[in-house]
Amino acid sequence: MSDLSKNSPTTVGSEFARGLAATFPLMVSAIPFGVIFGTLATNAGLSPLAVMSMSVFVFSGSAQFIAILLLGTGSALGVIWLATLILNLRHLLYAATLVDHVRHLSQTWRFGLAAMLTDETFAVMERRYREEGGGPNAHWYYLASCLGMYLNWQFWTYIGIVLGTEFPEVKNWGLEFAMIVTFTGIVVPALRSAPFWAAAVVAGVVATLGNFLPYKLGLMLGALAGILVGLGLQEWKRRKTGIAGETA
Amino acid sequence: MSATEITLMIAGMALINLAIRWPVYLFADHVRFPPLVERALAFVPVAVLTAIIVPATLYPDADQGIQLSYMNPYLVGAVVAAVVSWKWKKLMPTILIGMAVFFVTRWMVGV
Repeated sequence: MSDLSKNSPTTVGSEFARGLAATFPLMVSAIPFGVIFGTLATNAGLSPLAVMSMSVFVFSGSAQFIAILLLGTGSALGVIWLATLILNLRHLLYAATLVDHVRHLSQTWRFGLAAMLTDETFAVMERRYREEGGGPNAHWYYLASCLGMYLNWQFWTYIGIVLGTEFPEVKNWGLEFAMIVTFTGIVVPALRSAPFWAAAVVAGVVATLGNFLPYKLGLMLGALAGILVGLGLQEWKRRKTGIAGETA
Repeated sequence: MSATEITLMIAGMALINLAIRWPVYLFADHVRFPPLVERALAFVPVAVLTAIIVPATLYPDADQGIQLSYMNPYLVGAVVAAVVSWKWKKLMPTILIGMAVFFVTRWMVGV
């Protein structure tokens, strides 16, 4: 019975459906983000084609927002590229975290799953692999999450372009709060032991103290400090219990 | 910026993103992380996402200082969302209740 329930959800169709279902709340919360991006970018003077191209080819909400912000301040191309690089370096860590589960796939699959890797899909997949492990068709779960986020982002960018032309004040509605509340809903359940609490507290404090730094460097410093402190505490606990186990 | 520069900006951003996201998967057959690094990677989601949300909550306006106050709708909404998430561990109620509290607080504060 338990074997059956373990094996039954591994068909391509059910993996795809479950990946989409797990990603659905994140797609909903990305709606205001996409709309605001479309609105802001349009009001910053970009053509609808340029705004759409950004969502289609860059597909990174945070980098797209920073680019619009920097465009507004008359920044040079190099500055915008540097900001994109620093801001999205976290995706390298995401890929490193998930790579064990995509190693067996073809290069075509790996390319697609890498190109569409976002904060949201990473959160969905990290949880799935942690709770259920892999499975012969787990990559369909991953693909569903990617495609859901991707198509959702394109659609709501487009709506934002339309709205931005009609109602430029949409950008003052505070809809970007959706991102904060979504990430809160991902982080809190992940605080499963003292080292994770330590990582969160340190990351939050350091990022806040570093908020004045350019190009969101505070974010990178905060994340690094959080990872190091969390890991340090965990290793210290392991060593302590390890020694206790030897003497017992 | 000219249309050419905008095109360059977008192409450059797209390439940079790909250069960050793709190599680890591309060279997956040759990439093996030591166990210590793998244990460190488990802290990535918590550390990165917290580093994004805490400053965004405490500094909702780029041109203002820290807003550690119940008059800050971002802070009130985020704290309530954290409590809801802790209690029920469900994403959708966390998002909906958090957004609702945010908008009500914003309306009451009158920003």
